[in-house]
Amino acid sequence: MSAVTAILVVPALAAALLAVLPGYRITARLNMLVALATFLIALSLFFGRPPPGKYLHVDDLNNVFIVLTTFVGFTTSVFSASYIDHELEIGRLTPTFLRFYHAMYQVLMFAMNLALVANNIGVMWVAIELATLTTVMMVGIYRTHEALEAAWKYFILGSVGIALALFGTILIYMAARPSVGEGLDAMVWTMLIERAAGFDPALLNVAFVFLLLGYGTKVGLAPLHAWLPDAHAEGPTPISAVLSGLLLNVALYALLRFKMLLAANPHALAPGPLMVTMGLISAVFAAFMLYRRRDIKRMFAYSSIEHMGIITFAFGMGGPLANFAGLLHMTMHSLTKSAIFFAVGHVAQVKGTQRIADMGGLTVTNPVLGWGLVLGVVAIAGLPPLGIFMSEFLVVTSTFARQPWLAIVLVFAILIGLAGLFLRLNTIAFGEPRGPSAESKASYVPMFAHLAIVFVAGIYMPAELVVWFQNVAKLLG
Amino acid sequence: MRGITFDIAHLLAGSLVLVSFLQLYQDRLYALLNMFALHAVVLALSVAWQAYVQGAPHLYLTAMIALVFKAIVIPVVLHRIIVRLGIHREIEKVVGVGTAMLLGMGLVALSMVVMLRVTEGAGALAREDLAFALSVVLLGLLMMVTRRNAVGQVVGFMSLENGLVLAATGAKGMPLVVEISIAFSILIAFIVIGIFLFRIRERFDTVDLQALDRFRGERQ
Repeated sequence: MSAVTAILVVPALAAALLAVLPGYRITARLNMLVALATFLIALSLFFGRPPPGKYLHVDDLNNVFIVLTTFVGFTTSVFSASYIDHELEIGRLTPTFLRFYHAMYQVLMFAMNLALVANNIGVMWVAIELATLTTVMMVGIYRTHEALEAAWKYFILGSVGIALALFGTILIYMAARPSVGEGLDAMVWTMLIERAAGFDPALLNVAFVFLLLGYGTKVGLAPLHAWLPDAHAEGPTPISAVLSGLLLNVALYALLRFKMLLAANPHALAPGPLMVTMGLISAVFAAFMLYRRRDIKRMFAYSSIEHMGIITFAFGMGGPLANFAGLLHMTMHSLTKSAIFFAVGHVAQVKGTQRIADMGGLTVTNPVLGWGLVLGVVAIAGLPPLGIFMSEFLVVTSTFARQPWLAIVLVFAILIGLAGLFLRLNTIAFGEPRGPSAESKASYVPMFAHLAIVFVAGIYMPAELVVWFQNVAKLLG
Repeated sequence: MRGITFDIAHLLAGSLVLVSFLQLYQDRLYALLNMFALHAVVLALSVAWQAYVQGAPHLYLTAMIALVFKAIVIPVVLHRIIVRLGIHREIEKVVGVGTAMLLGMGLVALSMVVMLRVTEGAGALAREDLAFALSVVLLGLLMMVTRRNAVGQVVGFMSLENGLVLAATGAKGMPLVVEISIAFSILIAFIVIGIFLFRIRERFDTVDLQALDRFRGERQ
């Protein structure tokens, strides 16, 4: 069995096993172990990969995504193990639901990996649908009124999104059929990209609009973002971490694949400006929305919209430098945002609430957790010397050289967002201690591991990694 | 491709758009479910005709799924759920019938203009099919945004999805159509189970603004 099939088979088998195993301690450990195994297998893809098949393939682009996904998947499973302990204690989850939760976690990993390695645009669509379904169920797992409403909203908006994406996929097939020929080949991505120059440009254009709206809903681009804050706020925090850190990326990856198709066709419309517009609107809109948030998870969900906007903007600008910046920003954002959600999960457990007004003086009552959160917010706000500063700096400077006005708007959004985040952070982390302050028995390893990587990346990046990212950036055109 | 084959395909796809309009102005849930069943039957016929024309036997399976699952099972189950949960039988709408119909006509015109212009290279049958399919998709979206009831929205989503199946079968030789229609059926089954399990009665008619604020976590 090749490594590519293994990263699909391992989570799928684990999901089946986790669904039947009793005892949450064992299942939580098994969940971690499987996630680690998947990550190690994904790492091995760096050293050798099988040739592309009709259904699966790995190239430089998705290799980055796969490794990032499986890594965050692993660290989140470590965080999840200490998180659910507490949820069981206070009775928010029952052992039966927990079994379901672990099985769903692995199904989600399977679906995301499948979406990433799929060489067939139909399979990719099915995988993203599966990922949507599993996250819907995880968001609703607490079964409170709010959680169910959030799940329902996510469900309906997500379904409309993937329905539009399917229409776009069908149009791509229609566009490809005359030059690739009928049948399976016209949906195989590696075949499509080879022949893309001969496709009917008008059909490609319309298809991309549908794909942008469809997968853009899943990326959380404004004005299609309405599901995202609710889904982040009401579900279990490990799921918020996976949603923000990974699932949004997977949807963006799908979009990038289609962008490459359009870029390969000289007569098709340039996909860049559309993505730039949506990305910029998302970033500015989300930055302003940060001010009125009273729920801590909801606030960081809006911050995710802002950063997905910046990433989409960077990829929309295109060119080696902007693509490089976009890739770097995506990686840094995944690591930082999931670290923040790890912290937020413990904060909400310690304080017994998600309302910002009921939290205060966290650095006094729980120093490790409090300073961890501060560090995370400093990182996500884009202050030097952390990794996000580097990537945002690159996005801004590469834009300044080409479209100074757009860069000004972007800098404006970043600054507004920074101020909004610090305003709230001040309430949460400093000042008089407010609200209950139980000891947290949590493991801080995943959070600090992520933050350490982000910190190091801000100062030094290994030359191999830089070369790799540069190759991918060239691939993206 | 011209001649009787084309005419029948055209007729069936056109009827699908017509039935979408019929769904648009229903104001009682039972009538809406009946209309949806009719929609599914027309879809099944249309897919079966495509299967015959294209000589693609696997499409008969898609037609069967449409007929059994969407025209019979889903309407019956939803009917039961409405009775069991005591859901309001009236459909609450955001806009009036006249406005909805005008908007619907606008959307159909839009999809004709867009699709017929961009598909000049494709065969006549595929062109018409795609234009009609996009109309059905957009009408489904319109239904979803103009309905406040959960069941009404689900029916809107299902008719949207019928449009997608029409588009997929119209694209000659498209692989994975059967798999995709099965994936969609699973999705719909989940939605219906979701309504039942979670007892989402009329999700979007919460007029209590305070409840909404609480839900958004924005209350001080």
